Amino acid sequence: MGIWAVLMVLTGVTVFASFIELGDLNIVVALVIATIKATLVVLFFMHLYYSSKLTKVTVVAAVFFLFLLLALSMTDYLTRHWLTNPMR
Amino acid sequence: MATAVQATVERENYLNNGYTLKSWLLTKDHKRIAILYLISITAMFFVGGFFAMLIRLELLTPAGDLVSSDTYNKLFTMHGISMIFFFLIPSVPAVLGNFLIPLMIGAKDLAFPKLNLASWYIFMIGATFGLTSMLLGGVDTGWTFYTPFSTTYSNTHVIGAALGIFIAGFASIFTGLNFIVTIHRMRAPGMTWNRLPLFCWSNYAASVIMVLGTPVVAITILLVALERLFHIGVFNPALGGDPLLFQHLFWFYSHPAVYIMILPGMGVISEVVPCFARKRVFGYEFVALASIAIAVLGFLVWAHHMYVAGISVYAALVFSLLSYLVAIPSAVKVFNWTATLYKGSIRYDTPMLYAFAFIGLFTIGGLTGVFLASLGIDVHVTDTYFVVAHFHFVMVGGMVVAYLAGLHFWWPKMTGKLYPEGWAKLSALLVFVGFNLTFLPQFVLGYMGMPRRYHAYPPEFQVLNVLSTAGASVLAVGYVLPMIYFVWSLRYGKDAGPNPWNAVGLEWMTESPPPTHNFDETPVVTWEAYDYEHQPDEEVTVGR
Amino acid sequence: MAASDIEIAEHNLQHHFADMDQQRETSTFGMWLFLVTEIMFFGGLFCAYLVYRATYYQAFVEGSQTMNIWLGATNTAVLICSSLSMAMAVRCAQLDQRKMMVILLIVTMLFGAAFLGIKAVEYHEHWTHHQFPGPNFQFEGAEAAGVSPQNVQIYFSLYWAMTGLHALHMIIGIGLVTWITIAGARGHYSADYYSPVENVGLYWHFVDLVWIYLFPLLYLISKKHGG
Repeated sequence: MGIWAVLMVLTGVTVFASFIELGDLNIVVALVIATIKATLVVLFFMHLYYSSKLTKVTVVAAVFFLFLLLALSMTDYLTRHWLTNPMR
Repeated sequence: MATAVQATVERENYLNNGYTLKSWLLTKDHKRIAILYLISITAMFFVGGFFAMLIRLELLTPAGDLVSSDTYNKLFTMHGISMIFFFLIPSVPAVLGNFLIPLMIGAKDLAFPKLNLASWYIFMIGATFGLTSMLLGGVDTGWTFYTPFSTTYSNTHVIGAALGIFIAGFASIFTGLNFIVTIHRMRAPGMTWNRLPLFCWSNYAASVIMVLGTPVVAITILLVALERLFHIGVFNPALGGDPLLFQHLFWFYSHPAVYIMILPGMGVISEVVPCFARKRVFGYEFVALASIAIAVLGFLVWAHHMYVAGISVYAALVFSLLSYLVAIPSAVKVFNWTATLYKGSIRYDTPMLYAFAFIGLFTIGGLTGVFLASLGIDVHVTDTYFVVAHFHFVMVGGMVVAYLAGLHFWWPKMTGKLYPEGWAKLSALLVFVGFNLTFLPQFVLGYMGMPRRYHAYPPEFQVLNVLSTAGASVLAVGYVLPMIYFVWSLRYGKDAGPNPWNAVGLEWMTESPPPTHNFDETPVVTWEAYDYEHQPDEEVTVGR
Repeated sequence: MAASDIEIAEHNLQHHFADMDQQRETSTFGMWLFLVTEIMFFGGLFCAYLVYRATYYQAFVEGSQTMNIWLGATNTAVLICSSLSMAMAVRCAQLDQRKMMVILLIVTMLFGAAFLGIKAVEYHEHWTHHQFPGPNFQFEGAEAAGVSPQNVQIYFSLYWAMTGLHALHMIIGIGLVTWITIAGARGHYSADYYSPVENVGLYWHFVDLVWIYLFPLLYLISKKHGG
């Protein structure tokens, strides 16, 4: 039940934080809070904390590969404008 | 080891355990499901082969005279879709993997037998969608479905074909899931990871890719279908979308997919070579870890398919470097197989002939892949026949050859019958000669500038194209012959004993064909993998 | 007379497993692997979102202004509550408290239905305001805010695709919970055999997880209008 309370509080925090103008930091705050909530759900509601090492490695691997998809794709999108012609 | 004497009363095995259609269509036995897959994917192989035949016929002459350009687009698309999604990706895992993995680890079945059967049905539904689209007029987007052509401008049955691939993808996911869980949780006592046959290691690595990669292409195909239906513009530049996003998402799966295709084939070679060299595999740990390395590194290289598509040059540099890396574990395997042959006692039975062909042809295919990883070379040869030759060398010269090696190696185990060795050797020769004649000229054609996916070409390319088509005819004969003699052997072949090749492995320690429950008692493993030193090298009595 | 625990366990031991422990661990591992595929499945959509948000940030801000934060937050709370009741139901299954388990499963389903109801209200809102991508898409105030309506349409495409896929998974989840509620009520589970409950629970929590990320990404982009 304690976990539930923390999750509810964090939801409130995340909504509240979105009203504060933090510029680029807004998304970081939102994602950090979401990740804390997600970690709690995975560890305790889904019992990953009590599961075998194999299961833990499996979950970490999935997150890692998702991260690869996002990060390597962004190497393209973030660097496209780098190639503006300097001679112009 | 001795040839089995057939008693007048036929022993119970998985084949005669029920003859009704229902007992086959509702089976949960992994061996029967493997046979079901064998029949389905063989059919799809010939569908793909049919389109290939039409392509090669068209390319006999420089002018586009056999079919129109629109029809030609459909031909190479449907050739690619049938071969990749409905033949190559299932082939070794769904047929040989399904049959052998439980046997190799000493288990009674896979972890989820009902899921396994569901997998086959899902594959059949997907293949039906695919075939129906082809019969209703086909698809012309290329197997790569690039947007916005596939989402907006194509007038063909894109959604039907895409749906077929989407559905078949789930069959792949469930098979991979089944394999991973089985190998982790169902090994017999004493079957440690260090004693696991390399075939299992390879299929495990391929399964990891199936589980991680296939869902991404699934969602991508779904988005293509949604875009086609609702004109939403996620991939359409006219509506603010980025067609390269499609390519990123598509290749994130489709590059690892080629490793789904080749890894199980490499696993077959890892079983065949030690058996016919009578020697344990050189550097077992390295080969095992190389499989895992290929699976992981394979996810890091996808944009090498997009060097000239419009990605940033900096991203291209990153992907080029990573693509060089992924060649290393494959090279490790080739070195280790070759080292296994050194001071071995080599026998030239058919599976070994195919294995030799694999090692040579895969090396050529793999090296040309490294050439393509280089940005400079790729810009010159991209979208030419050089690329076509490269991937046919690895897929056909590699994977199909490995599949044939595996079929010949384990056919006695699966059916209890020996195929005629003379015909088999002839077919292997025809495959090897036909293959080289078909695809070696294509390297030259590509380097000289002949573009791919074109049904007409400048006249100076004709000679090489004619050679290629001639080779394809020889290759076709080489593929049809096994169909005939394998079926012949079911009725007239000599009985194989439990272990006609004198091989080491749990699957060889049960009957041929195996009983439904695989082993009469759960085996306890006390020996190392590929323990050929302690396996007597008796005269192998393969059918003469 | 309900079957005893041992009888239930033995009845459910499948022939290719050595014992219930192996079967249970295997089936749970299988479900986790399936969730891995789901992570990658939604992951593709998150990738598309990331790319377009980076490219068309202002349009995303504008699109997200039309989202009702309070409905979204309520839905988040609803799902967290449903995860709680689900986790408690699994605990009851472990402790053989059949009646409590069934009640909690029904509560979970009710929360799930509430989520879908609120989502339906939101969808209706967006639909009547022509905020569904396609030829009928309209977004007033785009020029005033200095963004192209096309780019806002991409935001909405992702909104409908991601929440739609999520809602589809919710519906499937409710179906699965219905199945185990009925089976549980009939006494099919015991302290030795409750894998289906545990595995459906894992699936349910996963669907909650996806929403935990969807909410801030789609609803909470920025409270300030550009410029």
